[in-house]
Amino acid sequence: MKPVAFDYKRPASLDEALALIKGNDGSTKLLAGGQSLGPMLNLRMVQPTLIVDVARLKELVGVAETKDGVTVGAAVRHAAIEDGEVPDVANGLLRRVAGGIAYRAVRNRGTIGGSLSHADPAGDWAPVMMALDAVVVARGGAGARDIPAGRFVQGPLATALEADEIAQSVRIPRLSPDAKWGQVKLCRKPGEFAESLAVVVIDRKRRAIRAVVTSPRHAPTYLAGTAQLIDGLKGWSADAEQKIKDAVAADLKASKLVGDDPYRLQIHRVTVARAVREALS
Amino acid sequence: MPQRGVGASIPRKEDDRFMRGRGQYVADIQLPGMWNAAFVRSPHAHARIKSIRPPQGYADRFFTAADLTDIKTFHCSPNFPGFKHSDFQILSQVGGKARFVGDPVAVVVAPTRAEAEDLVQATSIDYEVLAPVMVAEQALKGGGPYVHDHWGDNVYIQTEKTVGEFEALTKQAKHKVTRDYVMHRQSPMTMEPRGLLASYDSRLDELTVYMSHQMPHPMQTGISQMLGIDHNRVRVICPDVGGGFGLKVYLEVETLVIVSLARRLKRPVRWIQDRYEHLVGDSNTREHSYRFTMHADDQGKVLAVDGEVIVNVGAYSTWPWPAGVEGEIAVGNFTGPYDTRAFKAKHISIATNKPPSGPFRGVTRPLNCYISEVTMDAVARVVGRTPEAVRFENLVKPEQMPYTSITKKHMDSGNYPETLRRALKLVDVDKVRARQKAGERDGRRVGLGIACFYEQTAYGTGPMGYAGWGIELVPGHEIATIKLTPDGGVWVSVGIHSHGQGLETTLAQVASEILTVDPDRIAIRYGDTATAYTGTGTYASRSMVVAGGAVAKSARLLIEPIKKIGAHLLQCDVGDVELKNGEVVGPRGSVPFAAVGRAFYLHPEELPPDFGAATLTATGGHLDKVHGGVFANAAHVAVVAVDPDTGFVELLDYGIVFDCGRMVNPLIVYGQVYGALAQGIGNALYEESEYDAHGNPTSVTLADYIIPGATEMPEVKIQHMESPSPYSEFGMKGIGENGCIGPPAAIANAISDAFRDLGVEVNETPATPRRVYAAIQKAKARSGR
Repeated sequence: MKPVAFDYKRPASLDEALALIKGNDGSTKLLAGGQSLGPMLNLRMVQPTLIVDVARLKELVGVAETKDGVTVGAAVRHAAIEDGEVPDVANGLLRRVAGGIAYRAVRNRGTIGGSLSHADPAGDWAPVMMALDAVVVARGGAGARDIPAGRFVQGPLATALEADEIAQSVRIPRLSPDAKWGQVKLCRKPGEFAESLAVVVIDRKRRAIRAVVTSPRHAPTYLAGTAQLIDGLKGWSADAEQKIKDAVAADLKASKLVGDDPYRLQIHRVTVARAVREALS
Repeated sequence: MPQRGVGASIPRKEDDRFMRGRGQYVADIQLPGMWNAAFVRSPHAHARIKSIRPPQGYADRFFTAADLTDIKTFHCSPNFPGFKHSDFQILSQVGGKARFVGDPVAVVVAPTRAEAEDLVQATSIDYEVLAPVMVAEQALKGGGPYVHDHWGDNVYIQTEKTVGEFEALTKQAKHKVTRDYVMHRQSPMTMEPRGLLASYDSRLDELTVYMSHQMPHPMQTGISQMLGIDHNRVRVICPDVGGGFGLKVYLEVETLVIVSLARRLKRPVRWIQDRYEHLVGDSNTREHSYRFTMHADDQGKVLAVDGEVIVNVGAYSTWPWPAGVEGEIAVGNFTGPYDTRAFKAKHISIATNKPPSGPFRGVTRPLNCYISEVTMDAVARVVGRTPEAVRFENLVKPEQMPYTSITKKHMDSGNYPETLRRALKLVDVDKVRARQKAGERDGRRVGLGIACFYEQTAYGTGPMGYAGWGIELVPGHEIATIKLTPDGGVWVSVGIHSHGQGLETTLAQVASEILTVDPDRIAIRYGDTATAYTGTGTYASRSMVVAGGAVAKSARLLIEPIKKIGAHLLQCDVGDVELKNGEVVGPRGSVPFAAVGRAFYLHPEELPPDFGAATLTATGGHLDKVHGGVFANAAHVAVVAVDPDTGFVELLDYGIVFDCGRMVNPLIVYGQVYGALAQGIGNALYEESEYDAHGNPTSVTLADYIIPGATEMPEVKIQHMESPSPYSEFGMKGIGENGCIGPPAAIANAISDAFRDLGVEVNETPATPRRVYAAIQKAKARSGR
């Protein structure tokens, strides 16, 4: 369980980093916190010839708050968000999510941009960024482009990033003061990958009602029908719970992500319903 | 001085180095010129090797079975009639087979492990993929495929027996309660995987083998036999070992290969197992399925049991613990701690394309406890009594002790019903029942489950011990060598090993108890065949009783010569002196042991004239008085909350009352019970070595193979009861497995109890959320709710 031999470079600027990955055919890997890349290197699941360490690039570690939201550098660590060093424009959701990622040792090194770019389907940030309508700012040789979170993750370990692009930051819109959210993560034990992770955001002022669910078996997905149903809910009730569960089942059936695994479907129904209940309570 | 001998809760002496990161494991040892090995492992569960292309330009660093011909073919067979041999394959070669994913086919060496792994990657092997045999139904259906082609089936051994008035008693029984159980494979999870470093010493013409292992001397014997090297030219050193649990008790292919390479290449060769190799290629354990029946009267008294067990052993029988033994242990414990006087049993051990199974803490006892205790709850439901009531009906009573079961287990002492009464009190059973009745605000269900069992410890020789199985290596006795040092300290050498048991402390406490020297001044040495006379190692809850007994005996042999020298120095009669606080105390004064040591080693002219050829060293042994060892016991009670919507289980409370006779060090004993409980919880809820239909392992990292951590451990309530064994020094009994035998049963019973109204029954380990949810759905469908 030792990596193949590779070169290691720590560029001084984002431009220098971009120059190093120019024409990347996949044999160059970016290293930020290394919490996923490290084990993958050791297991030889990735066998790069060059590793470009972007963890300390100043262009990637900044945090800028505006009245519309916050732009968080891709190399900002989960722990910084957990500890409130990043303004939580999502009424507490960012801190909740950050504090629930794996263990503190992982959070001390793992980064928000690294998590999004790695796109592990069990990753915590992608569904949240989707629910918040966040935008990933990608930098390539030709300049910067915005990729909405909903289009950023394209499948397990697959993103909209080109091989010669770097996620520079995430732009998270500010929720209305009375917007509500719920997040429910079902894990065999703390720190494990979630069997099911649901995020629900209800921001009526901005007309943004979102429900997202993910699991280790498939990429995070919007539940459009469920969101529509939530929009019409007056409050929590047993009847509402049943309707939400039915809507989740219908959305997932349409998405074809869950297949015919009744247990997977069941726990998704439960986590989404509980997230809605949390948001409404 | 406060009492620091037997019975004192002194902190562990070894923890100073462990807590400071100053332990020394195999991977910490560096020898000049050392190279590293990596194994080419089969990616297929069952395949024939058509061709092998070594890494280009490195053919001289690449070895298959065709090269390592100095290793003898070996197999391990018990003397059960009809047992079929499985030659343990030492790597493979063209025309040979690979029998599980991870089966070592070839080996490479290089200066570093990373370079060795590059060579593994550059090796090309052409396999003819064969259909694998993975599960029991498939293995037993006949017509192939066969793991060992020449067998003509996949059965190592099949046995049947009926003991007692089985027919008469089953007729008398009003109720027949039958259940099927499935226990999935586990991997004995040690923090430190295995490790090896072999080095040839040209000065001594000796091979030194550093191993992460529980049994130094048997490995010395095995290496000597399998490689044809004189016993006195093999030295095995087991330094600090980061957990054993049964993983490190057999002679592995890797060991023989690494030793052979060191001899061949005339340079130190090292192999440090990584976690992937550990989970995929190493022995895993206890994949059993059962059909178990209790025949009970209308009070729930179990008059007879019958059961069938199928053990999925995997590809090979391991040396020195052969296939078949697990199944026989299972059968031998069918009646448990209960007064049941007849049984009928069938056991089949099968070969499959999975890694060979080895023992794991408790061996089959957690499974025995499971089938017995879960069925006992079913009996309670059938006869309409509480789980505790049927247990009190059945448990062997204190007035029956010593009690020999129909399976010939000799329970030497204890009050089994009282342990249960106390365990129920510990978790406040009435309060739990009240809470259960009131219901939970979050919709979860609360349940309480019981498990009662004995723990057979410090197994002996003889027909009811290991000798009954006719295995290669029969444990039973242990030897200790002791000496008083010139400065008045004590040095003790033993043939067991300590890898978490705290024996550097507890064996010192035993010697301290007898010689009155403070444990801090007593050095316990183990893990080196050059310094310990002999021994069979540490496993099966044996070392405290057996090695502790040997230390006590050897220490007693030192009393006389110490007294003699002390009395001479004090100018008094030897009958007038006693040992106290490390001194020889006479009527008019005392001399410290240092003066005794000084006289013997540095100034023999001061010795008593009649001292003759006596010495300040002694060797004493402990041989079991009873073949089956000494019997500890316990009652476990689990309280859980189950989420009916997801099947997720939370442990709310866990109570253990255990009885291991006299405790040498309660602090260490409680730690042992607590640590074993964690493994038991892993067995109950988390740990499973899974395979897909093609035979590919899917639990290949610690992200897929889940073990409990700090967050999964409840606030445990542990209490001791003391029923000394009549057969051991100080009345000690073993305690290593007590904490892990009960949890799978107690937790399963608690989950079922939470849904008693629906008739939910959990009958599979681990009780994953998916399985628990399925059991609830099944019961709902059946009850129409």
